[in-house]
This record gives sequence, C-alpha cells and structure tokens, in this order.
Amino acid sequence: MTPLVSIAGLSVAFSGVPVLRGVDLAIGKGEALGLVGESGSGKSVTWLAALGLLPRHAKVSGSVRLDGREILGAPAAELDQVRGGRVAMIFQDPASALNPVLTIRRQLCEALSLHRDLQGNAVKAEARRLLDLVGIPDAGRRLEAYPHEFSGGQVQRIMIAMALAGNPDLLIADEPTTALDATIQAQILELLSTVRRELGMAMVLISHDLGVVAENCDRVAVMYAGRIVEQAPSNQLFADPVHPYAQGLIGALPPLDGPRRRLTAIPGTVPDPAKMPDGCAFAPRCTLASEPCSRAAPTLAPIADGRAVACIRAEASRRALLGIAAE
Amino acid sequence: MSPPLVEVSEISRSYSMRSGMFGRSTAVRAVDGVSLTIPKGETLGLVGESGSGKSTTGRIVLGLEPPDSGEVRFDGKPMAAPGTAAWRAQRARMQMIFQDPLGALDRRLPVAAQIREPLDIHGLGTPDAREERVRELLRAVELTPAHGARYPGALSGGQRQRIVLARALATKPDFLVCDEPVSALDVSIQAQVVNLLCDLQAQLSLTLLFISHDLRVVRQISNVVAVMYLGRIVEIGSADDLFARPEHPYTQALVSASPAPGRRSAGRIVLAGDPPNPAARPQGCAFHPRCPRAIARCAREVPALAAVGGNRQVACHLVTGAETRDAA
Ligand SMILES: Nc1ncnc2c1ncn2[C@@H]1O[C@H](COP(=O)(O)OP(=O)(O)OP(=O)(O)O)[C@@H](O)[C@H]1O
Ligand SMILES: Nc1ncnc2c1ncn2[C@@H]1O[C@H](COP(=O)(O)OP(=O)(O)OP(=O)(O)O)[C@@H](O)[C@H]1O
Ligand code: SF4
Ligand code: SF4
Ligand SMILES: [Mg+2]
Ligand SMILES: [Mg+2]
Repeated sequence: MTPLVSIAGLSVAFSGVPVLRGVDLAIGKGEALGLVGESGSGKSVTWLAALGLLPRHAKVSGSVRLDGREILGAPAAELDQVRGGRVAMIFQDPASALNPVLTIRRQLCEALSLHRDLQGNAVKAEARRLLDLVGIPDAGRRLEAYPHEFSGGQVQRIMIAMALAGNPDLLIADEPTTALDATIQAQILELLSTVRRELGMAMVLISHDLGVVAENCDRVAVMYAGRIVEQAPSNQLFADPVHPYAQGLIGALPPLDGPRRRLTAIPGTVPDPAKMPDGCAFAPRCTLASEPCSRAAPTLAPIADGRAVACIRAEASRRALLGIAAE
Repeated sequence: MSPPLVEVSEISRSYSMRSGMFGRSTAVRAVDGVSLTIPKGETLGLVGESGSGKSTTGRIVLGLEPPDSGEVRFDGKPMAAPGTAAWRAQRARMQMIFQDPLGALDRRLPVAAQIREPLDIHGLGTPDAREERVRELLRAVELTPAHGARYPGALSGGQRQRIVLARALATKPDFLVCDEPVSALDVSIQAQVVNLLCDLQAQLSLTLLFISHDLRVVRQISNVVAVMYLGRIVEIGSADDLFARPEHPYTQALVSASPAPGRRSAGRIVLAGDPPNPAARPQGCAFHPRCPRAIARCAREVPALAAVGGNRQVACHLVTGAETRDAA
C-alpha cells in the first residue's frame, strides 16, 4: 500500500546551517504517528518544510510525497489546495495563528469557504457545528467573539475546529493539547480519535507529553538534532526504549506518586546546529558514548519488526543477536 | 511556617461577554471568591479545568488586573493602586511567565535585548554590568550568547520559554507567577527547567504561583496544590497527599485522566457531558452535570470549601471531614 505521505531525505538549512539532516518518515492512511524529541530537534520544521510554510531563506531538499505525488517545491496554487484541505496543521503557538482582530466566525467561515463547497447560511451552520464539535459551550453566541475573549485552552480547541474545517486526510497536530487540563485533554483526544475513525483521517501528533503520545499513537518516532533516532510501535518504545536519548527522555518523566526525587535530566544541551559534532549528535550527552561514536553518524537501522534505531550500540547488539560478526 | 508573602482573600472577577446578534451582554464569572495564601519561599500549584480562571487569578495576584471584589496583600501590604510609585515598587518584586512564549516576546528584537529590557527599565547596574547579567542569565537557563543574538522566530519553542524565564529573573524578583511555564518544553529540558526552578527557588528564596495542566510537574515543584473548577477552588491540600488521595470527584477524574506511558486508559474515570459554560454556571455544585457521584442535593446547594482533616479542604457534599477520612 502506498503510504499517504512519505518523506525521504528531507533536509532543511537556515542560512547555511542545517537543522534537518535527512528525515525519512512514512504515514499510512488513517494511521496515528507520534513525534517526540528534543526541543529544537526539528519536529515543527519537518512539517513546515513539507507543507512549504518555511520562509524563503530556508533551503529545503529531499522529497515529500502525498499519495505518491511530489509536493515539495510544488507551485503555490497546488500547495494552497493541499494545506487546510487534504493536510491540515494545528500550530504550536495558537495565539499567533489566529487573527486577533477578526471574530472566530469570520476566521472559521474563511477556512470553510476556501476548502469546502458551502455557501451562505450553510457556511455559518457548519462553523457552528465545528465549534460545538470541539466542545466550546454556547457555540452560537461564541462565534461572534474575538480570540482574546477565550481562555488558552478554548483557543486551542478553536484551532482544532479550524483544522477540521477542510475535512483533511492528514492532521498535523503540533502540541494540540498542551494548554488543556487532563479531563478536557482526554475529551479532545477522544474527539480526535473519533474523527479519525469516522473520516479515516491520519494524524501526526507532535507532543512533549510522552503519556499522550503513548496512549494515542500506533507508532512513535523520536527526533534528536534534526534526525530520527528511534522508531517503534508505541507500547514497545515506552516499555523498552533502545536509543540512549529515548531512554533518557522516558527516565526524565516526573512520577505522579511515590517519593519525590530530583528529576534525572539528561545533562547538557542540544548541540548548536552550526557546530554539530562529527559522528553521533547525541555523543556529548550520552553516558554510553565510546570512541567510535564520534567517527561516523549512526544510521537509522532496523533492529526488529517495525523498530529502527540510530545508535552504534543498537547495531552492535543487533549483530550479536543475529550472530553476525562485527567487521 | 514562614509568614505569607502573598495573601489572596475572596477575590472575584467577571467579564462581560457580548452576544453579537442581539446585543445582550452576559457576565462571565471568571474567578468567584478565591482565597489563597503562599508562605515566603514556597510554591503553590494551581491546576484545574481549562477556562476555570487560573490565569485570571494569576493576573489579579500580580496586580495586572483589579479584582471586582476581594483583596490581594503582598508582603503584608495591600496591592497599591495601579500606576502609582508604590505599585511600581511592588511590581518590580514580582514577575510573570506566560503561557504563550512567542506572544510574550517581541518578534523584532534579538532575545538578549529583551532579557536586558527590565534591567534598563528599572535602571539596574551599569551598562557593562547589565551585559554581564544578561550573559549570566542566559547561562542560568542553559543557552549561549549565540542564542541571545537571535530573534524569537529563529528559536525553538523550548528555547523561547527559557528566554522568557531568563527575562523574568533579570530583576531578581521575590515572587514569580508561572503560567504553563514548561508545557512547551520536551521532557528532558522540562526536567532541567523544573530542577532549575527548584534550585533558583532555593537559592533566591523565590515564592512561586505555579499554574499548569501537567500534574506531574506541579507535584514535583509545589508544596501545596489548589484545584479550580469554574472560578472556584474545589480542593486544596499538600501536593503529595492530594495526588495520592484526591477527595473531590473532579480532582479524582483529573488525576485518573492524567496520561502515563505504559498505562492504557483502563480504569480511567471518563467524564460525561460537556465542558461547563462559564456564562451559564450550573446551579448548586458547578460540577454536578459531569459528576459521576452527584446526588439530588448537588443540583440545589453550592458546597462550601471546608476542612476535612489534615490540611485538606474540599468543596463537595459527599466529602465531609472525619468519616471520609477514617474510611480512606
Ligand atoms: N525561521 C527560522 N530561522 C532560523 N532557524 C530556525 C527557524 N525556525 C526554526 N529554526 C531552528 O530550527 C531548529 C528546529 O526548530 P523546530 O521549531 O522544528 O523545533 P521543534 O522540534 O519543533 O522544537 P520545540 O519542541 O521546542 O517546538 C531549531 O534549532 C530552531 O532554532
Ligand atoms: N478578557 C476577557 N474577556 C472575556 N472573557 C474572558 C477574558 N479573559 C478570560 N475570560 C474568560 O474567563 C474564563 C477564565 O479564563 P482564564 O484564562 O483565567 O482560564 P484558565 O483557567 O487560565 O484556562 P486555561 O487553562 O485554558 O488557560 C474563561 O471562561 C474565559 O473565556
Ligand atoms: S551512537 Fe554512541 S553516542 Fe550515539 S547514542 Fe549510541 S552510544 Fe550514544
Ligand atoms: S457536591 Fe455533588 S456534584 Fe459536586 S462534586 Fe460533590 S458529589 Fe459531585
Ligand atoms: Mg515545535
Ligand atoms: Mg490560562
């Protein structure tokens, strides 16, 4: 089956500084893929690049196919149809994605008339239905309100309504529930999964909340410094992370019960994209790093069915497992 | 216990909401009789429903917005009237970190200049000392001078939030209101920032009001946690105890809905019903339309926040001190 979207060798550089360094990723129809990873690792940029939303000075290369058709570098008119239509994106900074001087009704109706064949009262009724759908109470009246009159969490729900306006095949949700309390978050994620089931919509869920990703995604990709370092089915990743960065990430989660302890933060910071170390980008922070790690960047290699890891140690253990002698 | 730095008594705040077509306007009670005390050097965590009035409470406590009724006292004194010299002196001792880091930063200025801004405004130190302080603050939040030279748009969400934190700490405030300060950060950096906040708090004896949806992070950093629902505090108690044994049905749902890797949704309390409409507050207990344990009385009488033993207070007709505690 051709994947809905397949990204290959996607690279992005800003003013000559590479921030995405060869991302390969495929999403099947109706699939839910989680994208987690270090702040600044390129999770947002991956999708901004794929949808042609980066500023001009960004140098983008590689390939992004939607149903087998190349969309990277496609003409603006074609991309306008893709964005908000077949592929919708909920942005990370909701306040900056809504226009503060227009009512919610204006903004929703604009999105609807752009991507749906609706006229007049039907547009308004649909706008109202969408607000209802995402659980904004008193939707009819609230349509006339401006973004600043909503709480942070309500703004986020409005963003989801806007994204659903075009009946997308793929929803890129960049931190869609960060500003919501757990009970509403649970309802929103439930809502997204219902919509997904009904419309067969695929979803990429970008989130810092490993719990949210674990519960809502079939598969998870972990990013570090512009690359994918581990890919696995959700349950396996969280039960048994292989890449040292993924292990650190899961270990840094504060517990909700038991004694409080100082959090085990991963030491150090992400390398400056302008001064990327040779070899494995995680080596300066990795407790397992050894001399060969700094020679060549490990590639993402399969270690089991549906699992792939970019770490020399994982390769070594896989070789041991398969009884292949190390060269 | 140390003397309170912040005392909030019975504050309320309503917004009027236009109703477009018919021009009627409805009052939304964003905050409805909230009282809180934060001892010096301690952290109060504020969690609760989206739209329950947490940010509004934070803004009122900081004096950014006046309450319609009720009072906020800072270091034993009532908040001065906005715009006066006394108000400015009080305000210099308090800072806020907002929910939306991009909105909080000026897109047209390099971030180092924005960290420096409060130092310039309050005239702190010589120009050289200010430059040094900016470098020190960048180091404190684990960024480099190279990051400082960038514009907000050229930083990741997490990097931007650390800039906001550095700027908030520039004037060495006594009191910090953090509104979703780490929700944009990934877990490894979140752990660093939480550790960083804990360390800075210990070093500088900072007092914090910490607003977040992330119960894990709130528990990690707070001494006491208050849970809000539709403008009111429905439960308050010490952090560890509250999350281990939530008493209010809303808190119980909140704790049970908090996702955890490796735990699928089994045994979760899923709330039925719509999220509440602040403009049409339900009669009686505001939670009753969604409450799995509601009884007839809940639709009529508003439960008062009452001590139920330990240092716990709960606003629920079914949780009444001694018996529930003993039974637990
Ligand atoms: N317009 C831009 N110009 C220059 N650099 C940029 C620009 N946008 C992003 N970057 C850089 O690209 C890298 C990847 O950023 P991106 O926003 O994708 O991170 P992210 O993984 O989404 O992080 P977060 O979890 O913090 O949102 C970062 O180092 C960031 O500073
Ligand atoms: N300026 C305003 N005008 C009208 N209504 C407002 C205004 N600010 C807030 N509100 C309303 O007041 C209520 C409380 O909002 P507030 O932002 O304090 O909630 P919150 O608890 O911080 O929510 P969240 O967790 O979603 O950030 C909401 O119903 C919101 O719609
Ligand atoms: S390749 Fe080496 S440095 Fe990189 S994650 Fe694996 S062990 Fe650590
Ligand atoms: S007072 Fe009644 S409705 Fe309210 S939380 Fe308690 S049991 Fe539920
Ligand atoms: Mg991002
Ligand atoms: Mg808020």
